[in-house]
Amino acid sequence: MSDDEIKDLVLGALRRIAPEAGSEIDPDADLREQIELDSMDMLNLMIALHAATGVDIPEADYPKLATLNGCVAYLRERIKAT
Amino acid sequence: MAEFRMPALGADMEAGTVAQWLVKPGDTVKRGDIVAIVETEKATIEVEVFETGVVEKIVVPEGEKVPVGAVLALIRSVSAAAPQPVPQPKPEAAPPSAAPVAAAPAPAAIQPPPAAEVIAAREAPPPIARPAAVARPPSTARGRWRISPLAMRTALELNVDLAGVKGSGLQGAITRGDVERAAKAKAAITPIPAETMAAPAAKPVAPEALKPTPPVRPAVSPAERRAMMRNAIATAMARSKREIPHYYLATQIDMSRMTQWLTAENLKRPVTERILYAAPLLKAVALAVHGFSEMNGFWADGSFKPSEAVHVGVAISLHQGGGLIAPAIHDVDRKKLDEIMANLRDLVARVRAGTLRSSEIADATITVTSLGEQGIETVFGIIYPPQVALVGFGKIVERPWAVNGKVGARPVMTGTLSADHRASDGHRGAMFLAAIERILQEPEKL
Repeated sequence: MSDDEIKDLVLGALRRIAPEAGSEIDPDADLREQIELDSMDMLNLMIALHAATGVDIPEADYPKLATLNGCVAYLRERIKAT
Repeated sequence: MAEFRMPALGADMEAGTVAQWLVKPGDTVKRGDIVAIVETEKATIEVEVFETGVVEKIVVPEGEKVPVGAVLALIRSVSAAAPQPVPQPKPEAAPPSAAPVAAAPAPAAIQPPPAAEVIAAREAPPPIARPAAVARPPSTARGRWRISPLAMRTALELNVDLAGVKGSGLQGAITRGDVERAAKAKAAITPIPAETMAAPAAKPVAPEALKPTPPVRPAVSPAERRAMMRNAIATAMARSKREIPHYYLATQIDMSRMTQWLTAENLKRPVTERILYAAPLLKAVALAVHGFSEMNGFWADGSFKPSEAVHVGVAISLHQGGGLIAPAIHDVDRKKLDEIMANLRDLVARVRAGTLRSSEIADATITVTSLGEQGIETVFGIIYPPQVALVGFGKIVERPWAVNGKVGARPVMTGTLSADHRASDGHRGAMFLAAIERILQEPEKL
């Protein structure tokens, strides 16, 4: 899966969680602050990413997925590892 | 003949707009079915029916705004056991008036009136002289589509670009059917995922299935929606502060056992089954209510009416749109943590997507709010009328904590109670808060 594909996947999941989230997401800024995600939204994001990629994301790794670029980098590595 | 009325979806609702009918005359409905989508100032709500029977007549057409209590449709009741009759010609003409009429029980209605209707009966405004139905101004602004919230949600789910969809509904409105047809046409080219937020697919889906959705604009602009939401909150909160003599209590709760237990528990669980703090907090409040019935129920007609059931309202913020809504999770005291967690996830997803059900909006018996995520330690909430209590939780922070003369660092959370002094006194309130604290010390029992 290419980085662009992973990015589209994360953005799609984010829009499902916060439909009002605009397309102008700063890839390096904290997602929780940018689109006011709370812990429930973050959990739903993790579940959506898990559903889409099959990667199980342990709670301890959540900080690595705090930004859009973070999500892409994390998923790229984990998908490669499987 | 049973009358399906505009329910009171919260203390702040005076009128609602029928955005879409999901049934038509001749359709068979059963208790609990979602039959209509209603727009209030605060939200788009899926309204459930409390009768089992056949839809006889739709009284209020889509797009019309009517007061709480107005008859929306007539339902010919049938015994659930009896075979469904074939729709027959209407025996009588239904009254054309959409204004609220006296709540006469339908002859065939054996079950007690549903909570929403009880509230509706209590709060229904007196019959008004002006025409009850206020037509919604058609949206003519450029760049907007006439579209029902249900169709909008379907479009989001199916990833349909509305610009290419021709509306077949009233005044060219795009209906769910139009969206589904457009999706089907598109499906010939791209596969569409059946996956939803509430029920995540266990197996991986194709990457193209998660392509970003094209932006869609609802018939109500975000600014209008925001203004309506503020208005609804203003009405409810002003009423609360005007009528309810609040008293406030706070206590510090040692959360070390809870955090340890939860971390260990989540380590064992796949991401789909993980539990957030909110679930044990809701359960603890619901269990504590058992010894303190004066915290759970409604203040109405000058006296407190305790509730047997414990339906916990959860304050959920609406993100950038602003505002909040506090739908209920039913029977929290009798549910396992996993079930509460699943309910909560589903509820948050539907609040964000704008698809709440009428029973969730109308019947919370006590509310819990948590602002810990925003970094604050203490929240003194305002009671949501006609409820009589609200429990608040703040952020879990490490604090010096003395036990048996020794000081150590422990995760501590401030729990607060806002309660109605008409229904209870500070002494009982303090005991209630202490009970919540005690329950949270034994997370494995939740």
